[in-house]
Amino acid sequence: MIGQVWTVFWRDWIVLRRRLGRYILARMISPILYLVAFGWGLGRNIKTSHGSYLDFIVPGIIALNSMTISFNAVGTPVNMSRLYHKTLEEYLLAPISVGSYVLGKVLAGVLRGLISSAVIIILAYLFGAHLWPNGWFLLALFLNCAVFAALGLVAAMMMNSHEEMSNFNTYVLTPMSFLCATFFSANQLPAFLHWGIEMLPLTHASYALRQSGMGGKVPIVSIIVLVSYFGLFLGIGICQMKQVRE
Amino acid sequence: MIEIAGLTKKYGDRTAVSDLNLAISRGELFGLLGPNGAGKTTTIKVLTMLTQPTAGRIAINGCQLPQDERRIKAMIGVVSQHLNLDIELTARENLELHGRLHQIPVEARKQRIDELLDFVELRERGNDMVQTFSGGMKRRLMIARALFHHPQVLFLDEPTVGLDPGVRRRLWGLIRSLASEGLTVLLTTHYIEEAENLCNRVAILHQGKLIALDSPSSLCQGLGEYVVEWLDGENSKSRFFADRLTAAEFVGALTTEATIRRSNLEDVFVELTGRKVAE
Repeated sequence: MIGQVWTVFWRDWIVLRRRLGRYILARMISPILYLVAFGWGLGRNIKTSHGSYLDFIVPGIIALNSMTISFNAVGTPVNMSRLYHKTLEEYLLAPISVGSYVLGKVLAGVLRGLISSAVIIILAYLFGAHLWPNGWFLLALFLNCAVFAALGLVAAMMMNSHEEMSNFNTYVLTPMSFLCATFFSANQLPAFLHWGIEMLPLTHASYALRQSGMGGKVPIVSIIVLVSYFGLFLGIGICQMKQVRE
Repeated sequence: MIEIAGLTKKYGDRTAVSDLNLAISRGELFGLLGPNGAGKTTTIKVLTMLTQPTAGRIAINGCQLPQDERRIKAMIGVVSQHLNLDIELTARENLELHGRLHQIPVEARKQRIDELLDFVELRERGNDMVQTFSGGMKRRLMIARALFHHPQVLFLDEPTVGLDPGVRRRLWGLIRSLASEGLTVLLTTHYIEEAENLCNRVAILHQGKLIALDSPSSLCQGLGEYVVEWLDGENSKSRFFADRLTAAEFVGALTTEATIRRSNLEDVFVELTGRKVAE
């Protein structure tokens, strides 16, 4: 099983290694824009209970960025592989378990999310942010990447065109990016919206990363929520892979 | 080697394959011939477990589907109709990935990659990205990939579709050499020439049903080895004869120009369905 997971991961690692420099460079653009616009520009005059607004939004930017990167690192290629390139057949024809494929792909998505987050953390220090990543921080980050990499696989199996994948991004990821305690506290939202937002995984990733990144105690509930979402999406992904044979 | 009994596959109300019964022997080069939509690819997809049958029993080398799925996967090689190589990998990496997926040890993998790249004459392009390959090169690499784990049965779904005649003949040579080494080959095609040149036996499918099954020569001889074609007004007419002499006598009695040629599998298909394979 481990060997099979490693094989699936190995393929994605080979592709990533070949373009690692370009990949890291591309991952810097969006965080720099966020840090300039919200950290230096808009955030210069905003004070929060956590200190500067820059310190407040860096964990949020890490949460939303690792979500987007992990989701797209799995969702788009697997969807293309299933519908257009038909390379998914190579795995379906091989004597490996469905779970191995799903786990291998999710881990590959996690790796990309972690690399991207490392880039943001370095940039945040250069912008003058105060962040102290510890073990809890890394656990929350890993789980956030894993949750959305698994969701990417679920979406890739459910969506039947590139346009549908794009719509999934628009209707699911984009609203979460802005509402899930990334740029402002969810407490400021109307009660009914706040209640809904509290159910979403990115909100808990933001909470966990913010608390642990500032040296505080990690909210265990958030870790439990992230683990639960990961288990749920992983299970759905495995079921969908089994049903991919018409 | 392959036993298919009562295979039926339905997609909603549409029946893609209907009550198919076939037995293919070890070392046989067997062809499924028919036009697009005849059920050839669906049959291959069911046999390779890419889709599940609606009804029927399938056994490959004594292993039953779907109970022995893992064992069957280890003993079959598949060349899909689509060029489904990983274009983000080199030729070597594509083979390496396949070897890893089939749990072939490192040293054996390295040796096998070199062997197969030699076999399909791609050794010098081994480290090149697959996206730079021509269609024929990709198809050869797909055959190498399908052979990597020493399968006992090779499934080829329209192996030469879209290739120019020279490349097609080169691939035929490759496929013949595999069959001569004892590999069981099941291929689908809608090219008459391909079925006639390659296959020991051919199953002709039409609208999901098996309508004829025999060697190409026997199927043609069943109609008559020679066919006379002539124009009657604006209508094209044809008639089959067991030998050339009788055909020539018939032509001599005609008042219009006529041609004599050997019958082929296209004639068999037209006689059985009233349509051409290419239609």
